[in-house]
Amino acid sequence: MHMKHSGKFGQFGGQYVPETLMQALQDLEHALEACLADAAFMTEYNRLLNRYVGRPSLLYHAEQLTKKLGGARIYLKREDLNHTGAHKINNVMGQLLLARHMGKRRVIAETGAGQHGVATATGAALFGMECTVFMGEEDIERQKLNVFRMKLLGARVEPVRSGTRTLKDATNEAIREWVRCVEDTYYVIGSVVGPHPYPLMVREFQKVIGEETRSQLLAAEGRLPDLLVACVGGGSNAMGFFHPFLEDGSVRLVGVEAGGCGIGTGRHGAAVAKGKAGVLHGMKTLLLQDEEGQILPAHSVSAGLDYPGVGPEHAHLSETGRVRYESVTNAEALNAFRLLAETEGIIPALESAHAVAYGAKAAPLMDRDTIIVVNLSGRGDKDVHTAAGLLEGEL
Amino acid sequence: MSRIEKVFETKRKSGEKVLIAYLMAGHPTLEASEELVYALERGGAGIIELGVPFSDPLADGPVIQAAAVCALENGTTLRKIFDMVSRIRQKTQVPLVLMAYYNSLLGYGVEAFFDACKIAGIDGVIIPDLPYEEQQEVTPYLVENIPLIPLAAPTSGSRLQKILAHARGFVYCISSLGVTGTQDGFHREVEGFLSQVRAVSDLPLAVGFGIASSQDVRRLAPYVDGIIVGSAIVRKIEETGGNPQAVEALVKELSDS
Repeated sequence: MHMKHSGKFGQFGGQYVPETLMQALQDLEHALEACLADAAFMTEYNRLLNRYVGRPSLLYHAEQLTKKLGGARIYLKREDLNHTGAHKINNVMGQLLLARHMGKRRVIAETGAGQHGVATATGAALFGMECTVFMGEEDIERQKLNVFRMKLLGARVEPVRSGTRTLKDATNEAIREWVRCVEDTYYVIGSVVGPHPYPLMVREFQKVIGEETRSQLLAAEGRLPDLLVACVGGGSNAMGFFHPFLEDGSVRLVGVEAGGCGIGTGRHGAAVAKGKAGVLHGMKTLLLQDEEGQILPAHSVSAGLDYPGVGPEHAHLSETGRVRYESVTNAEALNAFRLLAETEGIIPALESAHAVAYGAKAAPLMDRDTIIVVNLSGRGDKDVHTAAGLLEGEL
Repeated sequence: MSRIEKVFETKRKSGEKVLIAYLMAGHPTLEASEELVYALERGGAGIIELGVPFSDPLADGPVIQAAAVCALENGTTLRKIFDMVSRIRQKTQVPLVLMAYYNSLLGYGVEAFFDACKIAGIDGVIIPDLPYEEQQEVTPYLVENIPLIPLAAPTSGSRLQKILAHARGFVYCISSLGVTGTQDGFHREVEGFLSQVRAVSDLPLAVGFGIASSQDVRRLAPYVDGIIVGSAIVRKIEETGGNPQAVEALVKELSDS
């Protein structure tokens, strides 16, 4: 663990926040550093992952899908099987333990698809903390199931009506709320975004995905994979999945951004493909923006990828070329959503369906003795309502 | 002596406080903003802060957010704001401070931004999302007599020494946690905080965030050299469609208190 991080990933990252938050970020940095180095803290974290989240998650050999596509052997890292149905809970367990360690009794969070909101509400219920989740009105509409789950878990869901009424503005409101009550409130950021130390911390609490994948695949196949594929909104599942493989030059890493209606249409969420360096939500990173530096609205059928930026470490990894970023359209993601349901009996989250779609495109082009691992970051129950609307008449 | 220093010096000698009035450039229109600058000055504002509209104003509350949306919808850009400032400079020497989020500078180009400030006649720049630790990115481009105005918060604590050591212009003291236009009242230790800043810095102090009434002004004035009023003015501009007389009257009432 190399702590005392500069907070920068190449030219990206940093702490671009109002002065009011600076002391809190520095306190957080120190507390995080101490906890990550504390064996008792890490034992407690791992115990929660094991006994509450249900880790390790399966590394599943998708034989039917492999047979159907003809080409590389496809494995799925089953983050969808975690408690609450996505990878988000890994990070929440770590951050809530940290919040408790720091003596905070109230937590706030932003959410897009609602998975991070549900995970935070879940953890808050378990830890006996008060929880408020900020969620855009448009997302509240398309993720009704998750809104109800959060309320059932005792959280307050605060509808955000400003701007795009999606994840970007939910994050603005959560940061504004944090500025207001920074003295007694812990802000649980759900992705590898925001000011330092959040991108680093969330990666640390998600890298269990890649670590497990590595040892599980070594056990099953006796070798490393040829290609890892994960979807990228802010990019926490991808960062946790890729990080333990960054030094393995033989492993190709592909992050899949939301292509929306096509990245030539202006209606997409492909911040790496189409963004330029800028500052939003406390970080310098690649952002969809106009020439004046105004942030442009993102678009994706999946609420979790509907974000105009990307984590600063992803921006850096795209610049160094270690990770390649591709995009998959709404239509391709929906096809993959059906494909996985029909071939393997697994309904992926629409976010994760982007990664499945890319994997399905890549597999037939690869030899039969090669291995692809797709990170199935979440399950699709929350998206059935949206998908039913879009696939109506086709089923 | 810079225009900002002169204003504080003059007021100090007469035992008065400087009223710093904020408006969002381009709200309701840029033409109206120009007239409103003159109205604010007539009403008694000693320094005028011009907000640069940004799509994601993290430090601002609903009133200023809505003004930014309005300004962006009618096509306000930094280039047009600099043109307006050049026109204003031909008519008045009132100090003008730009308040812009950092991405607006990055979009314009940081070096080009400060050059444009100099040419147009800007007197200071406030970047609410560029804290001390990140300022080395812009310091190479700072131009003489256009200081980066430092912000100090009740939560700054031991940071004050560091962030104010080489500061210029005046210190923008944040009276309350939260965003601009907050209705929650001032921070419980606001007076202690202002005294602490006074002990650390020789610069003039101005206090802002949530100051809306004569009563607020009277409470905080003894601790500072200047009072910043933003959302209350922007709200009046919104309610009156940018009526200069109404805004002048509001500022007059605040500056008389």
